[in-house]
Amino acid sequence: MPFKKFVEIGRAAYLADGPEAGKIAAIVNVIDQNRVLIDGPTSGVIRQAYPMKQIHLTPIRVKFPFNAPTKIVRKELEANKVNEQWSASTWSKRLEMKKRRANLTDLERFMLRKAKTARNKIVAKALNAKKRELRKAGKL
Amino acid sequence: MKANGTLKEYRVIGRKLPTEAEPVTPLYKMRIFATDPVVAKSRFWYFLRQLRKFKKTTGEIVSVEEIREKNPLKVKNFGIWLRYDSRSGTHNMYREYRDMTVNGAITQCYRDLGARHRARAHSIQIIRCETVAASKCRRPLIVQTHDSKIKFPLAKRVQRPSGSLVKANRPPTYFQ
Repeated sequence: MPFKKFVEIGRAAYLADGPEAGKIAAIVNVIDQNRVLIDGPTSGVIRQAYPMKQIHLTPIRVKFPFNAPTKIVRKELEANKVNEQWSASTWSKRLEMKKRRANLTDLERFMLRKAKTARNKIVAKALNAKKRELRKAGKL
Repeated sequence: MKANGTLKEYRVIGRKLPTEAEPVTPLYKMRIFATDPVVAKSRFWYFLRQLRKFKKTTGEIVSVEEIREKNPLKVKNFGIWLRYDSRSGTHNMYREYRDMTVNGAITQCYRDLGARHRARAHSIQIIRCETVAASKCRRPLIVQTHDSKIKFPLAKRVQRPSGSLVKANRPPTYFQ
């Protein structure tokens, strides 16, 4: 399996853990084996060192020179519409969905359950009708 | 000294108390890395006793100032010259660390020496700590990060252990 995402200057990373968890930022420089310098001016992340264990690499990549100042990073992130790319991605949508699911109220959970049973009833009904039809025709 | 947490850099200035024989005494400044100003003053006297002929009782500390990092957002290479006591002798060392602040680099150094050489904080003496230009760095682990187009994958990602002690499948290590 070849690697597709690399820790490199300009790679957008999703911060999975730590003080800025849940936001995305761009990698500006590599400090050493365990830390990178990240900066996310368009997503509210201050320029800081971040442990590599707490970042997940995204497929989004932007071009700027290493150690670029925040102004340049912001310009490139905005020009490439990184925030829009991120929120349009399935990954970020799934994260939002998980967060929504985790924060359901009791009433919402009840409504979800009722909606699921209603849907499953329709599906089962259609499935059984199809099965009956095929059985009558000799399980074609 | 116990190197708890991140060490801070202090500039401690002290002098021998003036006497009739010597009414004006020279000031001595030291760059001390310690956890707090109290420990900084103590370390100042520890070093000064070894270097000059006065001690806490015959001298006074003129000032203790915490020195903040001038550029904490710039990644720098730090060369640290130090001296430490091992179980069978005392040795000099030159070590390099890559960090954004001097305090971070010195703290890394203490931790590293504890790990690699089992040296306790009290047996380590930092002689000198300077930022080193990238071309002058000597250690391969530091030099390998001096690449303007650095690029590497996160090859084996080990997840934190969670769930039951016994699992049916190995945890996946390929995820970005």
